[in-house]
Amino acid sequence: MINWFRLSSPVSFYPIAGAWSYAFAVLAALLAGVGLVVALWIAPTDATQGDAYRIIFIHVPTAWMAMFIYVVMAGWSALALGFNTRLSAMMAQALAPTGALMAALALWTGAFWGRPTWGTYWAWDARMTSTLILLFLYLGVIALRSAIEDPRRADRACAVLAIVGAVNVPIIYFSVQWWNTLHQGSSISLTAAPKMAMTMLAGILIMTAAAWCYAISVVLARVQSIIVERERGAGWLESLIDWRAEGTT
Amino acid sequence: MSDVDASPSTAIVWALARDVRVALRSKGELGVQLLFYVIVVSLFPLATSPSRELLATLGPGVLWTTALLASLLSLPRLFAADFGDGTLEQMALSPRPLAALVSGKIAAHWLTTGLPVVVMAPLLGAQYALVAPVLGTLTLSLLLGTPILSLLGAVGAALTLGARGGGSLLALLVLPLYAPVLIFGAGAVDAVRAGLSATPHLSLLGAGLLIALVAVPFAVAAAVRIALD
Amino acid sequence: MAADLLLEARGLAAQRGRATLFSGVDFSLRGGEALVVQGPNGSGKTTLLRIVAGLTMPSAGEVRLRGDAMRAFDAPLRNVVAFNGHAPALKDELSAFENLDAWTSLQGSPMSRDQIAASLDNVALSRRQRLPVRVLSQGQRRRIGLARLALCDRALWILDEPLTALDAEAIGMLGALLARHLAASGICIAASHQPLPLEDSRMKRLSLGEPS
Repeated sequence: MINWFRLSSPVSFYPIAGAWSYAFAVLAALLAGVGLVVALWIAPTDATQGDAYRIIFIHVPTAWMAMFIYVVMAGWSALALGFNTRLSAMMAQALAPTGALMAALALWTGAFWGRPTWGTYWAWDARMTSTLILLFLYLGVIALRSAIEDPRRADRACAVLAIVGAVNVPIIYFSVQWWNTLHQGSSISLTAAPKMAMTMLAGILIMTAAAWCYAISVVLARVQSIIVERERGAGWLESLIDWRAEGTT
Repeated sequence: MSDVDASPSTAIVWALARDVRVALRSKGELGVQLLFYVIVVSLFPLATSPSRELLATLGPGVLWTTALLASLLSLPRLFAADFGDGTLEQMALSPRPLAALVSGKIAAHWLTTGLPVVVMAPLLGAQYALVAPVLGTLTLSLLLGTPILSLLGAVGAALTLGARGGGSLLALLVLPLYAPVLIFGAGAVDAVRAGLSATPHLSLLGAGLLIALVAVPFAVAAAVRIALD
Repeated sequence: MAADLLLEARGLAAQRGRATLFSGVDFSLRGGEALVVQGPNGSGKTTLLRIVAGLTMPSAGEVRLRGDAMRAFDAPLRNVVAFNGHAPALKDELSAFENLDAWTSLQGSPMSRDQIAASLDNVALSRRQRLPVRVLSQGQRRRIGLARLALCDRALWILDEPLTALDAEAIGMLGALLARHLAASGICIAASHQPLPLEDSRMKRLSLGEPS
């Protein structure tokens, strides 16, 4: 039985984060390798869209990840508010930039898919618009953190904002979907086309798994640098660095 | 020591009465948001064209978006004065429930900033060639929507107390949360313009308002306590 | 007022950014006792008072009221505390009378018009009680604070620099208020550069050191 509360101190978590970050990076590279092989070679060329559709192997995973990460960030935020643990708040802090990156990538790849397929970079479809608003929510959390000087106060303020945002995310997605069906009809939906062959679905799922592992790896590495930055001056950090320099890792 | 009356309604009335009294005595500030609303709404046709058809299409969107912006403009004042002169601290330390006290403050804020917009909008809607039934829906949608804007905005206002970045940060935090209100509010007016029923939109707005009235004050109270830390 | 009031602080510590303001602060106060917190500017006096009042959490240690540990904003603490911080907590647009009326109402013990008028009379503000606070001087605003203490039935008074801007007469009034409060088994914690108008025998002292 893992003693979770021991893990909740930044001191104990620092070396664990490093080890897991490395492991997940390797896993991400492997999965991405397999996924890209499926995406670029194994999945068949689409009848209507040709090879341009292959960008969905990045677009769909990143769009999903943007959503997932926000929920996870809100979860860590709830822990931070409920148990007042520093590490939970640091995890939430570490998640936001990766989530924002995923949202931005989803928008960018979506635009590049839209151009050859429908002749326009931005088609105001439901998922793109919701992802755009999600990106704004992420940027808001990041901006609030840098606007508040005291780190503990920033932790709690960003936690409240993340939770309020998370409650609103389903409402936002629903309302944008509503708006979109009223105005656009059924002409453009990035989920509808192309019809999924099994290999395409498999490719997307593998790439999603790769994105998960990448996100975990990057977030854990970022948490390490957050721990260093915020716990600087505590004696244990110096001894940790000495220990690693001696090559006993 | 006697048991303190911890009923929310007393607290709400206390905060509402006090804030309205204070607002009425700072008359200069009261009219500014309304003036902003009128000016911006009147500026739009200058940027597009005064063709009646175009204006009627743009109208609901312009009237609603400008209401959003007017709300944003007034939000910093919700807590800033009380934060600065120490009365917010007293409220947080008092025996009365803080969520009820902030509800009263938000209600006063809406009465002095949201309600004037609701009253003004149909008059301005006439500038946009909108006919009576459309204007009626516009008023109703704003009546249901502007309190939600005040409530959601209050969360942002409380979170940004004492933070750098001022109004722009507040806008960044709050505008994404406003999106659904804008969609359903302006959508209701558009529906009536197209000859359809606005009942689904207005019901959703109404439901949203009820949920926000019950839930949001607790988030605002939490944010206020964090700001006082 | 509760005669069984007991306020304890154990191992209180506070930080500002990465620097520790103070640590290991302990004290124990019963009804009828007063504590004066002293120290140079920046030593954390205001922070300590805010922690005891329940506005903010310490970075270590705890505050106990009647033996129960208190977190920030806990109801039992809010029910006994009256906090006078740096800011006068007055609305500029309202008059002295209206401010006092609102405050007593906020604390859950609304007073009659006569009681409020009498308390303002006692601090020599009756002629100006209907004017907006905006037009009053600093010293007059501090007197409203004194009137507020006089109307206050809370057992734990936490005062941050209560002597600021008070003239000799007002200092005397404050002394009388403090004596009456302590005689009724109240507790008072005050941060003050100047000596408080209280008998030395009734005061405990706490000195916070230089900031590190």
